[in-house]
Amino acid sequence: MTKPFMFEKPLGMRDTLPLLYETKASVRNRMSVEIKRWGYQFIETPTLEYYETIGEASAILDQQLFKLLDQQGHALVLRPDMTTPIARVAASKLLKQQIPLRLAYSANVYRAQQREGGRPAEFEQIGIELIGNPSISADAEIISLLVDVLKATGLKDFKIAIGHIGFLQELFISILGNEERAAVLRKYLYEKNYVGYREHVKSLPLSSIDKQRLIDFVSLRGEENTLSQAATLLERETGRETLQDLKELAVQLKEFGIEEFITFDLTLVSHMSYYTGTLFEVYANQVGSPIGNGGRYDSLLEKFGWNTSATGFAIRMDRLTEALGEIKETETTVCVVFSPERRKEALIFAKEKREQGINVTIQEINALENVDAFTKAFHEVHLYIGNGGVRSE
Amino acid sequence: MNSFLTIAMPKGRIFEEAADLLRKADFRLPPEFDDSRKLILEVEEENLRFILAKPMDVVTYVEHGVADVGIAGKDVMLEEERDVYELLDLKISTCYLAVAGLPNTKISDITPKIASKYPNVASSYFREQGEQVEIIKLNGSIELAPLIGLAERIVDIVSTGQTLKENGLVEYAKIADVTSRLIANPVSYRIKEKRISEIVDRLAKIVNQ
Repeated sequence: MTKPFMFEKPLGMRDTLPLLYETKASVRNRMSVEIKRWGYQFIETPTLEYYETIGEASAILDQQLFKLLDQQGHALVLRPDMTTPIARVAASKLLKQQIPLRLAYSANVYRAQQREGGRPAEFEQIGIELIGNPSISADAEIISLLVDVLKATGLKDFKIAIGHIGFLQELFISILGNEERAAVLRKYLYEKNYVGYREHVKSLPLSSIDKQRLIDFVSLRGEENTLSQAATLLERETGRETLQDLKELAVQLKEFGIEEFITFDLTLVSHMSYYTGTLFEVYANQVGSPIGNGGRYDSLLEKFGWNTSATGFAIRMDRLTEALGEIKETETTVCVVFSPERRKEALIFAKEKREQGINVTIQEINALENVDAFTKAFHEVHLYIGNGGVRSE
Repeated sequence: MNSFLTIAMPKGRIFEEAADLLRKADFRLPPEFDDSRKLILEVEEENLRFILAKPMDVVTYVEHGVADVGIAGKDVMLEEERDVYELLDLKISTCYLAVAGLPNTKISDITPKIASKYPNVASSYFREQGEQVEIIKLNGSIELAPLIGLAERIVDIVSTGQTLKENGLVEYAKIADVTSRLIANPVSYRIKEKRISEIVDRLAKIVNQ
């Protein structure tokens, strides 16, 4: 690359200018209030972590990690997610104090871009982790919390698709016989390649009934009776327990009164190996990628030496604010322009206003080349200029 | 509810066959569709909007979600590896990706050069063969490269083999079969699920006849 121009930033890095900053701050505030109402506690972790711990334990692909070396030559990463650092803190400290743990975060994470722009390489995630509670009620709790958090932001049109990696896995194993063959089919689903999936199924040495079961499987989504349809695909006992769990989850979500936002989609495969039970993605109109996702990840904590179950979600602030559209400014700022001899008067006025909770910008007139151009951005302007009197506009 | 849907169509070679297929599936396409220079066409009674894009770009529009579904060649999907659903093989515009070159030639041991419009496909194919090659990206008339000494092999789509033959080139290996596919944006696929399933079903009936 040639020497960057002064205005350039590394690929995928973005500035947040005042208007967007305010929007984000207000959305973030509403979300964290709701998260705290559910009894979750916010924590912070470092931006830099060791590559060998966080970097390798994280579900984010190696080629997406930003890597660097510290003074001693250790490989570091800019944290690619918050779930992994929280697993580290939980396993090494917090789980010794309380189980289950309910933790929350709002933090920037870093994922390098593989292709052209259009996507940020640094973005904020707000999320929660519920660690040490393997029950269905934990899954129901976080999904309900997710709905409440999104509602708190004012978002109305959204949908959460819930799947279960266990069901898919048990169905595949019971038909195909071994993990190796199941992994091939799972990869087609992960790559969203349904054409390849169907062709592969046709080429397998299976009975036509089993082939049909595998082909019918990819339509197990959306409809209200998805779960009962799923039951018809099962032959023996395998998979029934998982399905029973999902039915129980559906009942509990109904008890929370959020069924209108939920759709079951057993074909959902968000990651090749990370999730171990229920998993979900959140979609909003007008945004081309999921605005959030989550699920149960039972093997991550083990990597940090604590064998326990965990579940959680993360919402992407950039995509959420895109879904919310432009939010009208709620705060107004008053401008006070003064000439030096009336400084004291102007400052007293500004102080009074600030004490009333109003934002005030003070500006000495001598430093302004063009008064009109400067004051244009304010809703209210007070001029303390010349002899006595205040002109307000 | 009959939500509004945007379909990305590939301009050029694939366009006619794709439009034919849509008409056979009873989609009311605008009459000016085939010879219009407009890039966006709306069919209000069907609640559809068509955008016309370069075949290579259809996957990009769909991945970013500005188009809900699209028609794209498997060659483009392999090259671009975009995060989109590949829902249906439309079985149109059949061809295949192949390696070709001058007859009775070997590729050099030191710096074998491969010219292609599909640098990713070419690179991963030769890697799988255990060969390190250098890829030269070209945008068209790829057959020229071996003739004039730019590259020893080319990777390109072959439909009848006529172009290769006329230029005295031969095929060395077939990489993958190519047909056009119906693709969908992952969010649209779930938010506009009923609408998209209906399109898949209508097209599947025609395709599987």
